[in-house]
Amino acid sequence: MNNRQKQEEILRISGVNARKCMKCGKCSATCPAYDEMEYHPHEFVYMVETGDIDRLMASQSLYKCLSCFACVDRCPRGVQPFKLIEAVRLMNIRKQGNNHMTANDIPSILDDDMPQQAIVSAFRKYTK
Amino acid sequence: MKVRYFPGCTLKNKAQDLDLFARKSALALGIEMEEIPMWQCCGGVFVSANDEVATKLSSIRALSDAEEHHSPLVTVCSACHNVIKQTNHQFNTDSAFRQKAVNYLASDTVYQGGAEIYHYLEMLRDLVGFDEIKKKVVKPLTGRKIAVYYGCLLLRPNSVMKMDDPENPQIFESLIRALGAESVYYPMRNECCGGYIALESKELAEKKSRSVYESAKSAGADTIVTACPLCRYNLLKNNSPLPVVYFTELLAEALGAKEDSNE
Ligand code: SF4
Ligand code: SF4
Repeated sequence: MNNRQKQEEILRISGVNARKCMKCGKCSATCPAYDEMEYHPHEFVYMVETGDIDRLMASQSLYKCLSCFACVDRCPRGVQPFKLIEAVRLMNIRKQGNNHMTANDIPSILDDDMPQQAIVSAFRKYTK
Repeated sequence: MKVRYFPGCTLKNKAQDLDLFARKSALALGIEMEEIPMWQCCGGVFVSANDEVATKLSSIRALSDAEEHHSPLVTVCSACHNVIKQTNHQFNTDSAFRQKAVNYLASDTVYQGGAEIYHYLEMLRDLVGFDEIKKKVVKPLTGRKIAVYYGCLLLRPNSVMKMDDPENPQIFESLIRALGAESVYYPMRNECCGGYIALESKELAEKKSRSVYESAKSAGADTIVTACPLCRYNLLKNNSPLPVVYFTELLAEALGAKEDSNE
């Protein structure tokens, strides 16, 4: 897939219209993972809009999003940056051998109190 | 009144108290929670991509069961509630997804999109009523200062969840007041604990959790109350100085249903 096709795919599976963004930065200001991200939610929107996809796909920022939906609810333009981050992450992990986490990683992370919910959620976000 | 109940994987394992006290309290309120037979794990988080189908089928099975029984579908875990409700929304607004899901399931009864989904808190507010609950309180939680913790999943995305005003919710506070306790306001009540990031970055989970319990503590709370096993885990794992308990436990305590013989 070339960059253009990747961009189309991301926009298609996310259903996001990146051009609605007015670049106010509110999504990034409210994002609880802001400090850990190389590219922040408003930059995701801009980079998808301009077709700068490969850098996004290579970034660890994809795995820092907490799925808290704060950027979805607090964006004044209804852009839903979260859905773009999800789509780019899926583009990555849907490729064979590209899982971000595997079952072998789990035993060392596990502790006696960890709820099942944590493990199934991480698998859903990081693994295909 | 009978409701169909989707407990989810965690309430059968690490969060058994959340489940047990939900059932006991419901009985005390005259509600029979019928567990959906052969329910399957919701997956913990909703995958928003519109071409993602297989991971959403377990939710549709539960929705279909409730529709078939003409009963409300009740969830207790915040995550199950979020996933099932968002899946239902997609089923009803995205015809391509709906068609694929129906084809995949190939079951005799086709889900029509009509299930009514209630989080347990909504069941208390909308099907029982907080005034009714207040009348049934036998051991009011007088003097307790409770910080309710919504986290993310009960309230957002608000266009789908529609539980309450996402920036100024009252449902949880109203319950606490009905039980006779004081509800303490603190700014972080609807911010993220870190969620599943505990598996990816313990540091980030710690930072997020600390900001929540410090906010609750400085507001003068003596207890944090949640509906989410992962919120509870993150806060306690990261050394919350306040106890973190499930809302169903407080409810059962106030209703005098906590010490009843075990089922
Ligand atoms: S959903 Fe992800 S990107 Fe959006 S505010 Fe939450 S953590 Fe940040
Ligand atoms: S909050 Fe919305 S409009 Fe503002 S920068 Fe983020 S996506 Fe764009």
